Amino acid sequence: MSNANSEILVDVDGVEMVFRRGAEEIHVLKDLHLKVPKGEFLALMGPSGSGKSTLLNLIGGLDRPTRGKVRIGGEPLEGLSDRRLADWRARHIGFVFQLYNLVPVLSAERNVELPLLLTHLTKAQRQKHVAAALNMVGLSQRARHFPRTLSGGEQQRVGIARAIVTDPTLLLCDEPTGDLDRKAGDEILDLLQALNREQGKTIIMVTHDPHASARASRTVYLNKGQLASEPLQ
Amino acid sequence: MAGPINWLSQVISITKFGLLGIPGRIGSVAAAVCGIAGVVTVLVGVLSIGAGFRRALEVSGSPDNAVVLRSGADSEMVSGLSREDVNLISEAPGVRRDNGSPLASPELFVIINLPTRATGMDANVPMRGVEKAAFQVRDHFKIESGRALEWGKNEVIVGAGASGQFAGLHVGGKVPVGRFEWPVVGIFSAGGSTAESEIWTDARVLQAAYDRGDSYQSVQARLESPAKFQAFKDELTTNPRLNVKVVRQNDYYAEQSTAVTKLINTLGFLVALLMAFGAVFGALNTMYTSVSVRKREIATLRALGFGASAVIASVMLESLALALGGGLLGGGLAYGAFNGFHTSTMNWQSFSQVTFAFQVTPELLTQGIVWAALIGLLGGLFPALRASRVSISAALRDL
Repeated sequence: MSNANSEILVDVDGVEMVFRRGAEEIHVLKDLHLKVPKGEFLALMGPSGSGKSTLLNLIGGLDRPTRGKVRIGGEPLEGLSDRRLADWRARHIGFVFQLYNLVPVLSAERNVELPLLLTHLTKAQRQKHVAAALNMVGLSQRARHFPRTLSGGEQQRVGIARAIVTDPTLLLCDEPTGDLDRKAGDEILDLLQALNREQGKTIIMVTHDPHASARASRTVYLNKGQLASEPLQ
Repeated sequence: MAGPINWLSQVISITKFGLLGIPGRIGSVAAAVCGIAGVVTVLVGVLSIGAGFRRALEVSGSPDNAVVLRSGADSEMVSGLSREDVNLISEAPGVRRDNGSPLASPELFVIINLPTRATGMDANVPMRGVEKAAFQVRDHFKIESGRALEWGKNEVIVGAGASGQFAGLHVGGKVPVGRFEWPVVGIFSAGGSTAESEIWTDARVLQAAYDRGDSYQSVQARLESPAKFQAFKDELTTNPRLNVKVVRQNDYYAEQSTAVTKLINTLGFLVALLMAFGAVFGALNTMYTSVSVRKREIATLRALGFGASAVIASVMLESLALALGGGLLGGGLAYGAFNGFHTSTMNWQSFSQVTFAFQVTPELLTQGIVWAALIGLLGGLFPALRASRVSISAALRDL
C-alpha cells in the first residue's frame, strides 16, 4: 500500500454506479465523493435501496464503479485485474457480514483460519493467529464449535475474528448487528469500538440502526445514491 | 501471494468444503453417483461379454499349432480333407513327433441341435470327431468326471461349458446323433478354450454316422516350434497334390472372434453412450444444486480473496470425485454381477454355440473409470463456470 495521501485511507472520487435491468438504467450511486481518514469508525446510514451496501462493495473491491475512482491508501482499484483484486482484498480488507457467512461444515477456528490459507504462513503460525483472533473476540473456549452450535452473537464474533485475523487495513461491516437482538448487538458494537479505539482499525459500518451508528466516530447518510450530512426527515 | 501452491491450497480447501457438505444434499448426490455407477456397470458388463468371448477363442489357439483347411475355407464348417491329404499334412516337415508319430490331429466337425438348459430352445452345438492325436495337440485337456473315450464306440465326452449350457449333457445322459442316441461317458475341461463348448467322439464312428466316408475337415498340427510355421505352410501350399490353406491357430481363432466381439463392443458402447448422456445430466443437476446451495459460501470465499479459477477447479474436482465414486461402485457391481458368469453365444464363423465366461478385466474396469471421470468432468464444467461468473456482491445479498 502506498504511503501517499496517508491521512486519507479511503478516497471515493466522483463514483457513479449504474445497474441495468433490461432497457432500464438504475442509478444507484450518483457522483459520490467520500473520504475516510485512517483510524476512523464511520457509520453509513440510509434507507433501503439508498446504495449503502453498493458503496461498501465498491470500497471493498467486490464491484467496480461505472464511473469515478476508488482509492484505498492511495492505490486506485480500477487498474487491478480480477485476480489481483482478489489478492488485494485478501491482504487489505476484512469483511463482516450481516448473516455472518460462516462455512457451516467448518469449526469456528477453521472458519477464522480461512483468510490465512491465502498466505504463506505455516500451519503453526496460522494456529497462533487464529488463537489470538478468537481470544480478541472472547471465543477461545468455543474454538472447536461448529456454527450451528453457536448463538447469533457468537457466530458474528467468529465472523469478526475471521475479518481481523490477517490484520487488514480496513474493516467493512455490512449491517453487523442487523440479525442480532439488542444485547448481542451491543456486544458486537463494543467489540468493533474496541478494535477501532485500541487497535486503531479503520472501520466502515453500514447500518440502518441509529443505536449502532451512535457508536461510530462519524456518520454519513446516503439517500438516492447521494451523500448527505444529515438524515432526511 | 497467488503462487501455484497457494492456488492449489485454495482448490483443496473449497473442494473439501463441498465434499464435507454432501450429507446436506445427499439425495441429488446419490442420484448422480448411482447414475454414473449404472453407466459403468452396463459398459463394463457388456464389454465383459466381448472380453470373455475373445478370451475363450484366444486361449483356444497355441502359438506352435497350425490349422490346415481346404483352400478357400474360412472355417472348419466349409472345409474338407481326404485321408490322403491328412497323410501328406502329417508327414510334412516341421510337424512335431512323439515316439515317431506325428502330432497332427485330423478332425471332423458337425453340428447337432440340442435344447439349452436356460430356455429349452434348440441351439447349434458343435460336435467334433477326433483321433488320439487330438489330446496331444491341445494343452490343459483333462477329464473332470466320468471317463475318457473308448475308441470305436458310439459314445461321447462333453466339454464342461457345453455340459453347463445344454440339456442332457451330463455323464449318463444321451446325445441324439442322427437316428441314434449316444451316451455321455465323460466331462472334460480344456483350459477355458472353445473345446469346452464341444462334444467329442471318435472320428471314425462320426464319419460312419454322417456318411462322410474317410474324410475330415481340418488338421490341427503341433509344430516343432512357432518358427517352423512358415516352412510348414510353404511346404503344404506349394505341394501340387494338396489344395489347402494353412493358418496359425492363434490367428484362426482371433479371426473367428472378431465379428462377434466387434458386434458386442459396438452394442455395449452404444448403450453406454446413451446412458452416459443421461448420467451427464444427472451430474450437471447435482453440481448445479451444489453450486446453488453453496452460492453464498462461494461468494464469501471469493470476497475473502479466493480466486475464480480456484472455484472452477474445485467444483470440477468435486464432480470428478463423485464420478469416480460412481465409477468404482459401478466397476465393483459389474465385477460382482458379471465376472465369471457362464453363457453361450453363436459363433457366426462356425454357426455353432461357443460357451464362455464373462471377463471383467482390469482394462475394462479402467475403461469404466475413465468414462466415469469424463462424465464427471463434463457434468461439473458448466456449474463450475456459473459458480465462477456469478457476481460476488449479488451472491452475498442472496439469502
